[in-house]
Amino acid sequence: MTHKTGKGAMRRRDFLAAGAATLGAAVAGFPAVLRAQPAPVRIGLIHPVTGFIAFSGTQSRAGAMMAIEEINAAGGIKSLGGAMLEAVLGDSQGKPELGAAEVTKMVEAGVHGIVAGYSSAISLATSQEAAKTDTPHIVDVGVADDIMNRGLRNTFRFAPGYSAIASAAVANLDTINKAAGSPARTALIVHEESLFGTGSAKLLSVELPKIGIEVVDVIKHANPTRDFTNIVLQIKSKKPDLIIPANYYNEYILFARTLRQQKVEAKAIYSVLGGAASNYQFVKEFPDAADQIMDCNHWFNPKSELALARKKAAEARGLVYTYEVFLTYNAVAYLADAIERAGSTDKEKVIAALADSTWDQHGMPYGPTRIENGQNLGAQPVNTQILNNDIEVIYPQEFASAEVVFPMKTGA
Amino acid sequence: MPDLSIVVPSLLNGITTGALYALVALGLTLIYGVLHIINFAHGALLMIGLYAVYFLNVQFGVDPYAALLVVPPLMFALGYALQRGIITRASHGRDENILLATLGLSIVIENLALYFFKSDTRIVDTPYSFETVEVLGAFLPLPKVVAFFGALATAALFWLVMARTDLGKAIRALAKERKGAALVGIDTEHVYAVSFGLGIACLGVAACLLLPSYYVTPQVGHGFILIAFTIVVLGGMGSFVGALLGGFIIGIVEAMGGLFLGESLGQIGIFLIFILVLIFRPTGLLGHKA
Amino acid sequence: MTAMRSLLILLAIFLLIGVAPFAIGSDFWLNVVIMTLYAALLGQAWNILGGYGGQFSFGHAAFFGTGAYAVAVLQVQLGVNPWVGMALGGALAAAVAAFIGFCTFRYGLRGSYFALVTLAFAEVLRILSNSVDFTGAGVGLLIPLARGMENFQFATRAGYFWVVWALTLAAFLTVWWIGNSRFGAQLTAVRDNEDAARALGVDAFRVKMGAIVLSGFFSGLAGVFYAQYFLYLDPAIAYGPEISVTSLLVPIIGGMGTLFGPLLGAVGVHAISEGTRTFVGEAPGISLALYGAVLVAMVLFMPRGLAGLLARAPRKAHADEAAAAPATRAEAGRAEASGHA
Repeated sequence: MTHKTGKGAMRRRDFLAAGAATLGAAVAGFPAVLRAQPAPVRIGLIHPVTGFIAFSGTQSRAGAMMAIEEINAAGGIKSLGGAMLEAVLGDSQGKPELGAAEVTKMVEAGVHGIVAGYSSAISLATSQEAAKTDTPHIVDVGVADDIMNRGLRNTFRFAPGYSAIASAAVANLDTINKAAGSPARTALIVHEESLFGTGSAKLLSVELPKIGIEVVDVIKHANPTRDFTNIVLQIKSKKPDLIIPANYYNEYILFARTLRQQKVEAKAIYSVLGGAASNYQFVKEFPDAADQIMDCNHWFNPKSELALARKKAAEARGLVYTYEVFLTYNAVAYLADAIERAGSTDKEKVIAALADSTWDQHGMPYGPTRIENGQNLGAQPVNTQILNNDIEVIYPQEFASAEVVFPMKTGA
Repeated sequence: MPDLSIVVPSLLNGITTGALYALVALGLTLIYGVLHIINFAHGALLMIGLYAVYFLNVQFGVDPYAALLVVPPLMFALGYALQRGIITRASHGRDENILLATLGLSIVIENLALYFFKSDTRIVDTPYSFETVEVLGAFLPLPKVVAFFGALATAALFWLVMARTDLGKAIRALAKERKGAALVGIDTEHVYAVSFGLGIACLGVAACLLLPSYYVTPQVGHGFILIAFTIVVLGGMGSFVGALLGGFIIGIVEAMGGLFLGESLGQIGIFLIFILVLIFRPTGLLGHKA
Repeated sequence: MTAMRSLLILLAIFLLIGVAPFAIGSDFWLNVVIMTLYAALLGQAWNILGGYGGQFSFGHAAFFGTGAYAVAVLQVQLGVNPWVGMALGGALAAAVAAFIGFCTFRYGLRGSYFALVTLAFAEVLRILSNSVDFTGAGVGLLIPLARGMENFQFATRAGYFWVVWALTLAAFLTVWWIGNSRFGAQLTAVRDNEDAARALGVDAFRVKMGAIVLSGFFSGLAGVFYAQYFLYLDPAIAYGPEISVTSLLVPIIGGMGTLFGPLLGAVGVHAISEGTRTFVGEAPGISLALYGAVLVAMVLFMPRGLAGLLARAPRKAHADEAAAAPATRAEAGRAEASGHA
């Protein structure tokens, strides 16, 4: 466990130097045979693949691995002589302290960059730890605004935070509502009790009245919630025009089922970061409950060939193409692009390249990357709607693949 | 102030939810009452039961209610084996070792499930999943109404077994006085294991009745374990009627708490009741004073 | 062994550990040492009440979280210096412990009932902290980055090491004192047989209260350390079951009711989890399953924990206890059934 510096290390360095000199001479002598492969670019991937959010962690890791494999297949980092990307895997088990410990371990093992945490709490810890050695850290999903507001120059986020998402959700809702003659006047928010749910609900409560929508109630629920009938009964009695859920997959499916069971009628179910509302598995397993549900969430650009090709490739691997997959894919690809442009794995150079990136090979409805204080300002959520058993983008227009159906059509 | 018109439906729904909780608690109270162990692995074992029902449905087309003939006996065998093979050997007469053993088992079970079944959320699609039954103006989901009667039936069955069969008498004797039971020729190790097995079989029943209205993931047990403990203590350690009653009470408290205090804060009602009952009536509502 | 001897061994061990920041060049390994000491602190805190006092708590997170939230809230909402916040956090955690102790011991709750009530209290605190604004509710609290010793944040990891080293040493010294004092003798007497102890004139209530307050105090300090080391808290981190499980797992594995048990347990638990991970690799679940299996195996073959393995001759008291176990457990069960003193 203890690590002796001094004489032993010195001897080792001398030995290595001698060895390298010999090898160098050998390589020079036999260029065709012994030209060494450039050293791999090591990327640390830390996700909660066990523990409570294991599904999201596994999806994130899968997206990252897919990115690494595809980039390597296309020739790796060409400006480094075709250096291959190498994944260094870490499991945070859903705990911030373990995530941070993995960062320390990986940095010492010589990773050139880190893509982590999925959860905001974990991302806060991992990016902070990485900041101690100025190791470039891309936050893959974690939507808390605090992550990017700490003045850490090593921390970057490619996707939007929940403030941006909630603001876009309200603005988009305004447009959709007005286009239909403003049938929606009241809303009821149902949100999960932890960070993204509470944060989003707060913002929505403040912003919705500004576009003429009264928030009749805000209902917070636990993770996990075993039964939604109570909440749905309250919705039934308050009769809001809009139901706005912000929660995780498991709770979302129970909620949607219960809404259907209790025959709740509303003008729309307008999710904001709805846990299942932009999830193919939900659409497949609950077509009746899912029909016409809207979401304002992370999504790919359905008009981008690149995005569609990636979706196909992911599904060919047996993955459900969820936001964890494509966001983490892009986080890795963004980092790889920066390393490519920097032509080096030197941390300072990579951070500089990340900061002035104008990357646009992401297949997201973002436009070229525009980074300010580490956050990609080009990032935005889009509105989706489940129509004809498929997830369509309905807004903004430039990315839309279908027309919005609002208010919801009820009945047979 | 919540709308009064939803209080009755909420109450009725709370009772059916409570029935499901009671089913999970029934097994726990038997284990607790007889073996005096707090089974940390109870949630993980519920999860195994749910996966069993799921795979029977998806691979063999067995309806979850039909699985009642298959899953509880399998779970009984699992429980018997665990108690006889591991838990009793681990105890060495010290309570903390049982705690550690069941905790270790829960970690093993949960992570093996994660490894083999992955973390995807799985559901069963039955024709009756969305059906409702109208009672007093409330639409109660059919699976939960079935669970309600299932809980009553299971509690009644357990009570009959305990009161009328030789096995039941042996279990009761063992729970009361171990040395004496051994003296009159009861095979204590076997009866302990049978008790544990019955408790886990009960989880099998709970799994069959729960899955149609819920889902399964490797971590699904976590959501029920705290509530189950609360009900066991509330109802009185070892009392089946107590577990049933406790389940209904907790279901109602959860529903009412949710309406009046908000769904997140309303959960507090459950634990406050738990603390108050323990302080002022620790044997629980129907527990026996020694 | 004699009191003096165990004290010298304790001091020697901590002195040796204290060499770590100078001897260890690797940031990762220094972090491992820090997290091990932190686990030992959590475990030793639990050990006071559980090992020496015989009252198993399943809700030590109630004390940990209170200490953590206290230092965070005081800093973020009221601008109170975190060192002051540490003292207040420990005190508040001790106060929560006193409250819980009063509610439970006054009414004679023991055994499994006591354990479950502590669990309930931790849950109540978790739900409350999720609902009030000053704790940040579901969003949690972020302590702003401000490196500097006066802010209880250190530029190098060594600073954090010294804090946790000092806190853990304090906890261990306290337990050494307990093991060699009259208070401790009374506490273990109450643990072994409360009625008999009462008959001998021990005020069981006061003694148990003392234990829970000390136990809560150190757990609270561990919470303060966590908050300052990681700078982010939410209700699940502060009051969730993770901390409660670690608090009891570490001393039980290491050997309950012994001075060095929590340290052995902390090292053991870390070694097992690291070991299983390197042994079976990255597929999710398999290494944790192995970890659980090792725990079960340890219980099967090392019933008195690691400390029991190292003890030279099993004390006669332990041997008798093991023999009388099945009978006493049934009797304890009956005593529990009445639940009351």
